[in-house]
Amino acid sequence: MAVPLSWYMLLSLAVFSIGVFGFLSRRNIIIMLMSIELMLNGVNINLIALSHYIQDLRGQILAFFVIAVAAAEAAIGLAIVIAMFRNRATAHVDEIKEMQG
Amino acid sequence: MANMELQWYHVLIPFLPLTGFIINILLGKEVTRYKAHWFAVSSVFGSWLCSLATLQDVLGGKIIDADLYTWILSGTFKVGVGFLIDPLTAVMLIVVTTCATLIHIYAIGYMHGDTGYYRFFSYLNLFTFCMLMLVMGNNFLQLYFGWEGVGLCSYFLIGYYFNKKSAADAGKKAFIVNRFGDFGFGIGVFMVFLTFGTLHYADVFANVSSIAGKTVNFLGLNVDLPTLIALLLFCGAVGKSAQIPLHVWLPDAMEGPTPVSALIHAATMVTAGVFLVARCNPIFNLSEIAMNTVAIIGALTMFFAATIAITQNDIKRIIAFSTCSHLGYMFLACGVGAYAAGIFHLYTHAFFKALLFLAAGSVIHAVHTNNIQFMGGLKKYMPITYAVFVIAGLSAGGFPGLSGFFSKDEIIWSAYASHSSVGKFVWILALAGAFFTPFYTFRLIFRTFFGEYRGGLEAEEAATHAHSSSHGSGHSSHGAGHDSHGSGHDPHGHDSSHGSGHDSHGGHGHGPHESPYIMTVPLMFLAVGAIAAGWVGIPPLLGGGNHFAHFLQPVVGHPEFHGTHAEEWGVMILSTTIALIGLGLAAFMYLRKTDLPERISKQFSLLYKILYNKYYVDEFYNLTIVQPTLKLANKVLVGFTDAKIIEGIVNGVPNLIGIFSQKLRRLQTGIAHHYAIFMAAGAVFIVALVILLS
Amino acid sequence: MEQVIMNNLNYPILSTVIFLPVLGALLILINRRSWETLTKWIALGTSILTFIASIPLFTHFDKTTHKMQFVERFSWIPNWNIYYFLGVDGISVLFVLLSTLCAILCVLISWTAVTNKIKEFYIAILLTTSFMIGVFCSLDFFLFYLFWEAMLIPMFLIIGVWGGPNRIYAAIKFFLYTLVGSVLMLVGIIVLYLYSGKTFDILTMMTKNYPYTMQIWLFWAFFAAFAVKVPMWPVHTWLPDAHTEAPTAGSVILAAVLIKMGAYGFLRFSLPLLPEASKAMTPVMLTLSVIAIIYGAIICLGQTDLKRLIAYSSVSHMGFVTLGIFALNTQGVEGGILQMLNHGVVTGALFLSVGIVYERTHTRLIADYGGLATEMPIYSSFFMVFTLAAIGLPATNGFIGEFLILLGGFAANKWAGVLACTGIIIGAGYMLWLYQRVFFMEVNPKLHGLVDMNVRETIALLPMLILVFWIGVYPNSFLSFMHTSVQHLLERVNSGGIAQEAQIAKNIMEVIR
Repeated sequence: MAVPLSWYMLLSLAVFSIGVFGFLSRRNIIIMLMSIELMLNGVNINLIALSHYIQDLRGQILAFFVIAVAAAEAAIGLAIVIAMFRNRATAHVDEIKEMQG
Repeated sequence: MANMELQWYHVLIPFLPLTGFIINILLGKEVTRYKAHWFAVSSVFGSWLCSLATLQDVLGGKIIDADLYTWILSGTFKVGVGFLIDPLTAVMLIVVTTCATLIHIYAIGYMHGDTGYYRFFSYLNLFTFCMLMLVMGNNFLQLYFGWEGVGLCSYFLIGYYFNKKSAADAGKKAFIVNRFGDFGFGIGVFMVFLTFGTLHYADVFANVSSIAGKTVNFLGLNVDLPTLIALLLFCGAVGKSAQIPLHVWLPDAMEGPTPVSALIHAATMVTAGVFLVARCNPIFNLSEIAMNTVAIIGALTMFFAATIAITQNDIKRIIAFSTCSHLGYMFLACGVGAYAAGIFHLYTHAFFKALLFLAAGSVIHAVHTNNIQFMGGLKKYMPITYAVFVIAGLSAGGFPGLSGFFSKDEIIWSAYASHSSVGKFVWILALAGAFFTPFYTFRLIFRTFFGEYRGGLEAEEAATHAHSSSHGSGHSSHGAGHDSHGSGHDPHGHDSSHGSGHDSHGGHGHGPHESPYIMTVPLMFLAVGAIAAGWVGIPPLLGGGNHFAHFLQPVVGHPEFHGTHAEEWGVMILSTTIALIGLGLAAFMYLRKTDLPERISKQFSLLYKILYNKYYVDEFYNLTIVQPTLKLANKVLVGFTDAKIIEGIVNGVPNLIGIFSQKLRRLQTGIAHHYAIFMAAGAVFIVALVILLS
Repeated sequence: MEQVIMNNLNYPILSTVIFLPVLGALLILINRRSWETLTKWIALGTSILTFIASIPLFTHFDKTTHKMQFVERFSWIPNWNIYYFLGVDGISVLFVLLSTLCAILCVLISWTAVTNKIKEFYIAILLTTSFMIGVFCSLDFFLFYLFWEAMLIPMFLIIGVWGGPNRIYAAIKFFLYTLVGSVLMLVGIIVLYLYSGKTFDILTMMTKNYPYTMQIWLFWAFFAAFAVKVPMWPVHTWLPDAHTEAPTAGSVILAAVLIKMGAYGFLRFSLPLLPEASKAMTPVMLTLSVIAIIYGAIICLGQTDLKRLIAYSSVSHMGFVTLGIFALNTQGVEGGILQMLNHGVVTGALFLSVGIVYERTHTRLIADYGGLATEMPIYSSFFMVFTLAAIGLPATNGFIGEFLILLGGFAANKWAGVLACTGIIIGAGYMLWLYQRVFFMEVNPKLHGLVDMNVRETIALLPMLILVFWIGVYPNSFLSFMHTSVQHLLERVNSGGIAQEAQIAKNIMEVIR
């Protein structure tokens, strides 16, 4: 007996919401980046589940794209974090607000 | 009249001078230099010969109307470069080429040693080309071409001594004032095209009767079509022929070298307006209003210019006003329908007025000043000049038997005898003119050639210095000082450009002297013209056949006169008597009672001042047109409309956006969380929107 | 397609002409920075080659047809129905030639005037040339828009990098002004695209009829782009700044070709695509034109800067062009096209001339001059000819154009014709006054010892001089290009009712009544 689609979607929703909550509530950049990963993966779960459900491989292909993008984003994001940490010795976002208008 | 094919010598008439121009303007600086006159004179002489051949054709009853090539073609608008050679053109050709040839030769002597020698001759050649194109054209546009072309050459030649501000100003003024006339002329040409669908003379004049009595809506007014077209065309004539109210450029044009004044501002270019009116006589004939306007403008100009001439002291300006006045005569004649008489006067005037100018040039050449107050007694120094000057003066004044007499008498008689409703009015003014012309001409002659020599340039310079030291003695003396100063400049410019060339024939200190033969021989030829040119138009009354009028009759028709032989005799005797009175009065005032003019000018100082300052027309235009336009440009358009309104809007919009964005940038706090919250809120908002709307 | 004649030469001439300058630019790009002379020679060689390549357009042009010629058509982005579609007709062909000629002169005149960033400068000049030609050849709206906008970039750089002291302001103003207009045109293009069955093909678009209200909206959208480029009053204020600050070559390109695009746009798009709207908007356009003529002319009288004066005179002269175009009769439109050419020649030449003297004196103020005719006689003769052409003296090109325009304008609307004529009087006033202040009178002591034009400068001005007289004396060799195309255009505009010839006939009748 296969797991019903709605369970997958609830899981995906839960993961995505945790990611959103984490992104909004935490002040540490590393944690925030991880929260983004969570959101992306929540979407991935959704994509793959639906892809399987409607028997269309395009959803899974898209999920690969998302993973690739997530990897790239993590790489760049972490690089920025490291560069910043070297300069400022902090990973707290509220202290980094030079980019205001 | 039989039609005839275009022959090579017809085409050569205008294009020979053009060739001369091209050769001299391209090679003048390096190659031809002081031999520039070889090409210049021979080309003009060549076109004179061709003109004679052409006259032969026309006298044989031939008419030529042919296109060389299509100049502009656009839709239904088609106009060619082509020639119409008929009696009117033939007369103009003879006038133009004869005067041009003699004046070119004269200029060899007059301009001798000038640094711009080649330039001068190339301009003269170009002028001759344009003038010939003007009179030979077979359509309105080619007329316009020549019209603007002669105006341009006039601009160049007036401003020939361009280092002098007054000369440059005068050239510019001539051009722009003429543009005012051309404005009307241009619109007239448009109206001709819109009305007839063509600009070709023959086609227009063939259909001209179809517009008689038609009215047209022009700028919201319902006007009579022939009147409109005729008056618009006449605007151009008023400008070019220096008639009131556009006469102001001609006196200033005397800044140019004297041969220029003789050729352009006496014999040929300024008569183009008369030519235009005569050429378009079928249109003018349809409108009584237009005819009367022509007659009245002509008569008024004739009168007022003559009154100004009697007070001037600049030898060339006196003759310039005389030219204005005589052009007025010609228009007066055209206005009463006597086109042949007008053209006849144009033809005789070319000779005696060119002669007057050239003789004046000879005088200036000798004494280096234009101011007659510093001349005098030249009779014994320059007998040939004196003789021809007197001949020209007598001819201009209408002394019986000379050219000017026949043409002027014919005009006065035409004015008296015509059916024109303003005939009698202009006749009286014409009689007044007959008095003034000999008066101011002989005032000039007596002041110049009689009495004692008053020192020429040196005397004038001394006077100018004395004057400037006692500055500020009232307006009129200021004006006078200014004037003599301006005129005193011409020989300066002349002198400096001559360099040492002048000393060879007696510079300062040696007293005045007769001019070289290269200058006096053309004078003698012109003198012959001034005496005898009019003999082709002796009226039947005096036993002549009036061949001139008969020759022109196919083009300009023949006016119907009412008047008996007795009346004709009476008018002739009256006008001759008046002329002799004028001469006598001049002799009395300037030979006998030489203190009288001074006393009169003191007695009537206001009138004298008005006349001396030419009725203040220049000042009036300056105040009402020139200054307001400049003010509008500087104060309103540059300073306000462009800088404040348009630029205000242009720069205002970005500024507003800038202010707005200053407010908006507060949203960019730089704190990542704020952005995150905005994003989340936005996502929720979009999802909500989708759910609610679906 | 029955509206075009495929290329009757055995090579793609339009693409050659468009991309030769790009090739030259690439060559300069790979050239070493220190080899400045080579850079200049590449630029000169390329521009001359381009001009030579464009000559067959003049000699092989079929004047008997209004159809597009030398056509090249390849599918480019098939999904959106975008084609690489080039072709010229009697309206556009002369501007291609003007652009290629202009490129040579620009290179020649910058030879010693431009001293910094030489590589980039000539690349910018060549690219501008290429894009300008592209604008005149494009028959696909997408391609047209691409060239139209692309051309802004090198031009912006030319003004902003090599310009005068106030160049940044001028460059940005130029850029923003034109961009705002262009964006509105883009909206118009997209609307047309959607409405005409998803095609960017201008010729196909022309066969469709659009609802009247939509035409009006589209007309104003296009107006925004074209009027700014022309520039028509009151959106002209970028021009004096851009002209004044731009280097000589930039001014020449601006005057000779770039501002022609606006008027060309009206002819190519507004009139044939939106005939009813064009006819309905004629009174407005004529009014704006007349205002431009008079306003531009009077404002010239108040200028103290040589280049600024000539820039404002452009406003006045382009007023004549738009007047002619919206007279909507043969004389007006043909005169308008010819006047665009004339203005390119004359004003281009005037800017070249000012550049020549500016290089010697480094001042543009009229008050700093005086008596130049004594110091530089050859130069002053050239300048005189161009002055005379600018004031429309017969036998110069200016006369033919202005006369036809005024004739057409007068036939269309007497008020417009009469008022425009006053512009000619004032025109003579400011040009002759300018000439007098610069060339006549006493020599300004600061100007003693100026050398007259050298051979390179004379060569740069000579083609313009020849064109002035060629068009003035025998305009038919240029007018004949336009006859059928203009005829066709007017038939299209007047398609609802009367043909053009009948229009004149009607005018004649109305006059006679």
